Amino acid sequence: MISNVVLNVDEIGRSIRRIAHEILESNHGSENLILIGIPTRGVTLAERLNAELLAIDSDYRGQIGQLDITMYRDDHSEHYRAPKESRIPVSSLDGLVVVLVDDVLFSGRTIRAAMDAVNDFGRPSAIKLAVLIDRGHRELPIRPDFVGKNLPTSKLERVNVQLLEVDGQDQVVIQS
Amino acid sequence: MKHLTSIADLDYNSALSILDVSDEMALVNERDIKKLPTLRGKTVVNLFYENSTRTKISFELAAKRLSAEVIDFTVSESSVAKGESLKDTAQTLQALGVDAAIVRHPLAGAPTNLAKAGWVDFSIINAGDGRHEHPTQALLDAMTIRESLGLGRGADLLGVSVLIVGDIANSRVARSNRLLLQMLGAKVTLAGPESLMPRVSDGTPTITSNLDDALLEPFDFVMMLRVQLERMARPADFSRVDYIANWQLTRERLARLRENTRIMHPGPINRGIEISNQAADGDRSLILRQVSNGVSVRMAVLYQVLGGAK
Repeated sequence: MISNVVLNVDEIGRSIRRIAHEILESNHGSENLILIGIPTRGVTLAERLNAELLAIDSDYRGQIGQLDITMYRDDHSEHYRAPKESRIPVSSLDGLVVVLVDDVLFSGRTIRAAMDAVNDFGRPSAIKLAVLIDRGHRELPIRPDFVGKNLPTSKLERVNVQLLEVDGQDQVVIQS
Repeated sequence: MKHLTSIADLDYNSALSILDVSDEMALVNERDIKKLPTLRGKTVVNLFYENSTRTKISFELAAKRLSAEVIDFTVSESSVAKGESLKDTAQTLQALGVDAAIVRHPLAGAPTNLAKAGWVDFSIINAGDGRHEHPTQALLDAMTIRESLGLGRGADLLGVSVLIVGDIANSRVARSNRLLLQMLGAKVTLAGPESLMPRVSDGTPTITSNLDDALLEPFDFVMMLRVQLERMARPADFSRVDYIANWQLTRERLARLRENTRIMHPGPINRGIEISNQAADGDRSLILRQVSNGVSVRMAVLYQVLGGAK
């Protein structure tokens, strides 16, 4: 198995900072904003984005939560998957701008499931998507609003995002 | 895990996993839209050969909240009344296309039999079989205990003390609870009249003098059980007056409990027999919490059994 590092710690940091700026730019104000991370690494990325947003804008008032989508999946895999924690800090997402945050965008099925989950919490005024890596090969008509890096890959390759808080280091690796 | 017929089907890790998933399901049950699409396309039948309020309704709700189809099999209105056997009933359900049956039966082992006999291949969940077990009751009791202590995901019940009081010999709730609570590290003590204790002890500490003696030691949780007259060989021998005097959780005994001791009861309650109104309805009672948690736990169990493998 060959591994190639395609994003190092500095590049990951710059991507997150840029995405934070792009989020602020695309939204007027921040009271209606909520970042929702998809476990596991989407949650870590959302937390980092949140920290960046607070650092850039002293008036930043957006919220942050996490949403596990295991129960909304459309694929019944061979083995049982236990859902992870979901924490939405508001009683309803009505009228809010939801920014879903995940590490890798691939077939789009996780995001499809996430949109179904979000809709069960209310009717957001918009749902946007922020991902660190877009590796192509979409199976559904889903596209990201904010991307760290576009990474053309073959379907046989594995994209592995590692983050300090979860994996002990920051890097993105392609394994073939 | 294909079937859940006994707490023995679980181990420490799988039991904790079910409790963790139950905690997530409890959050779903607080939302406006209490629905998940997870078991869409699956059919679940409530096969109840004994009466039930809580268990039956909470299994039905649990299945519906996971978007499964639910069939309610009312035995008295079915062809069981015309002499149809358990095997034929089960095979008929299989031919009609069910994915899981929730089985409550007066004979111990009926759910286990259905799971192992090879008559059918759908999943079996035991909702109470005779005096044997009631696994989902124990799970919802454990969830309620964890919640009451403010313990989160992954936490077990190490060092938690639980007193189970009453008709232990006839109680499937007592058996499943003993097995599960001990598996999760809790200390269980049994209390009740000698005549209502199992004839063979499994080593669990037991007090048979009266409830006052049992309560000399402090407990985190006191679980009261209904006297199961319907399961007794000679119900006429049971002295209500004696039982109330020695074993009822009266207002007076309630006042002597430690402030943080909580009271539990699987239901149905026979007010004035095993428990007083004050104990059942007071602010130390977790009885209604147990009922609510029943839906969450049964969602977790249904997902465990039906969600995943095709």
